[in-house]
Amino acid sequence: MAEPIKGLKELPMDEPLSPGHRLCPGCGASIVVRQVLLAAPKDTIVAEATGCLEVSTALYPYSAWNRPWIHSAFENAAAVASGIDSGFKALARRGEGREHPIVVFGGDGGTYDIGIQALSGAIERGHRFLYVCYDNEAYMNTGIQRSGGTPLGAWTTTTQVGTARAGKQETKKDLVSIVVAHHVPYAATASISHWRDLMTKVRKALSMDGPTFLHVIAPCTRGWRFDSEKTIRMARLAVETRLFPLYEVEGGVYKITFPVASPKPVEEYLKLQGRFGHLFQPQNAAELEAIKKGVEENYRRLEKLSQFTSQMYAQAT
Amino acid sequence: MQTQTARVAALQGDEAVAEAVRQCDVDVVAAYPITPQTIIVEKLAEFVADGKFKGEFVPVESEHSAMSACVGAAATGARVFTATSSQGLAYMHEMLYNVAGMRFPIVMAVANRALSAPLVLNADHGDMMASRDCGWIQFYAENVEEIYDRTIQLFKLSEDPRVMLPSTINFEGFILSHDKERVSLLDDEPIKRFLGRPKPKHRIDPDNPFTFGAIATPDTYYEFRMQQAEAMKNVLHVLDEVEMEFESFSGRRYGAVDAYNTDDADVVMVINGSAGGTMRAAARGLNAAGEKVGVLAIKLYRPFPAEQIVSNLAHAKTVITMDRSLSPGAPSGPISEDVKSAMQLAGLTKPVLSVVYGIGGRDLSTDDGKNIFGMAKEGSAFGASTVMYGVKV
Repeated sequence: MAEPIKGLKELPMDEPLSPGHRLCPGCGASIVVRQVLLAAPKDTIVAEATGCLEVSTALYPYSAWNRPWIHSAFENAAAVASGIDSGFKALARRGEGREHPIVVFGGDGGTYDIGIQALSGAIERGHRFLYVCYDNEAYMNTGIQRSGGTPLGAWTTTTQVGTARAGKQETKKDLVSIVVAHHVPYAATASISHWRDLMTKVRKALSMDGPTFLHVIAPCTRGWRFDSEKTIRMARLAVETRLFPLYEVEGGVYKITFPVASPKPVEEYLKLQGRFGHLFQPQNAAELEAIKKGVEENYRRLEKLSQFTSQMYAQAT
Repeated sequence: MQTQTARVAALQGDEAVAEAVRQCDVDVVAAYPITPQTIIVEKLAEFVADGKFKGEFVPVESEHSAMSACVGAAATGARVFTATSSQGLAYMHEMLYNVAGMRFPIVMAVANRALSAPLVLNADHGDMMASRDCGWIQFYAENVEEIYDRTIQLFKLSEDPRVMLPSTINFEGFILSHDKERVSLLDDEPIKRFLGRPKPKHRIDPDNPFTFGAIATPDTYYEFRMQQAEAMKNVLHVLDEVEMEFESFSGRRYGAVDAYNTDDADVVMVINGSAGGTMRAAARGLNAAGEKVGVLAIKLYRPFPAEQIVSNLAHAKTVITMDRSLSPGAPSGPISEDVKSAMQLAGLTKPVLSVVYGIGGRDLSTDDGKNIFGMAKEGSAFGASTVMYGVKV
């Protein structure tokens, strides 16, 4: 079992993602990548879905990647990873090389929506890889269109705010539950504001023999409409308001890894982001209440699941 | 010539592909079932269960993921194979371009089947023709033994450093995929020696990290595409070498085209796929009756062997082109377009009768062949329009 990370000194003096790439200042995705890969072994292979991260880090003839890196399409990163896993296994059997850890990066569009089939298939087949969904809650690469990961009430260019409608009318898909339904050995959420928790989860995931999953909140300065120096603050507020609880599901047992006993008001998080500005107009008060109610319900659900699954599995063993 | 024929077997086209894949030391097969290709997947799964196939068999959840898994596997330097048909080929269409662009020497068997709608299970070449420009080497087989031999040859051809392009062996669904024919199978050992192991210049290697699948700009994209076109040009002479070596232990050789009586014919019919044999039989009958007709079967469709085709049309007074695919709104079928274009570039001006046939699996008999040769005798009467042969009106 992987050891929890204690401090910065443990991290390798290595830069998996070189500076000079073309991601926006304050981009959450690049921080996700660095934290994940600094926790992963140096021989890790990276597969990626099409998205901001891909187009900004691998612009021929340049590459920011100090890891073997492969991208081919939007919806297929998990399928590509399953091919890498199979290739390694077949070659290792011949004595031609050995297996290496595989990390997949996909955005919310590439994971919640267009890539969900490939992800489900690759997980069901039991390939060994860690899939990291960096969730910036919309199609940011094409210019802020709503995805299955866009939260209730958020403005995007395809969920505009007008007199008849104000922002996204639907709630965010529960991605981790979908993954957990495959009975993976390990799935977790993480935030770049809580890097030690994130890195410990990466090590834990990579120590498992089978598909594992990490859902990371990746604030987007352009799409969420906040100043670029506030990225980490945004991620931290998402956790501290209980809007994005940090938890893990290991062998079916839920555990909140960063319990938030006295949460900050959800408004503190929403108010800092232009995409939620309209929620503070009186005519949208009901929508704001619905968001707050959803946050509390989700946290209670996780608390109950933690209690229930730990008892259930304790009895079973 | 000393040749080794290990055993003679009665095999379906699909079974012959699976047997070839087993013998070619393939590392990863990622495939999804679709009629009429499914026997290939089933047979390979049987080899896996019996311990006869040593590679990884990845039973993916779709054709798109089949080709995507092939991409990942090929990037590790593994030898990779997949198979599909019709809707499956259409579903992986996007990935076909990716594979060619990333220059992975993946080999694919396509049991040709017409595209929906309406859904039909039987053959025409419309599925592959819809992916004609994807940058893959495209062969069409005429019988089961050719399917078997070509499958083996394709790994050698695709993996050649002068080529490094993916390739397909096409054969009509049911007509060839399910037809049991006599096949002289080869021993495993000479095939292993013939192919060796893949030696890609670039592969996923943590000690030497490469970036695969970068993004280009208008400044660079054109050059990437140009390199694919250049590699395609190399296919013709590399194929000669591959076939010569293959012949040395199999005694069999096919070429890019197969010419029957083209030097002495007034009418030459250009065709591909299984109907080539049928039309040759029709031509033989007509030859016996004193008619001067010949058949030119296109084995290699991409790259298009224009010179070999044109030289076989030099003697003819009339040319018939036969397309087993229908492109609504096009002047004629894709083979006809290519033949006419090659003729024009070579300064060859003669009447061309463009025929579409066999759509959605409609049969083409030797009598049909005689009818079509007969139509060509009517000279320029057929004008510019494409004949939809065998359609009910």
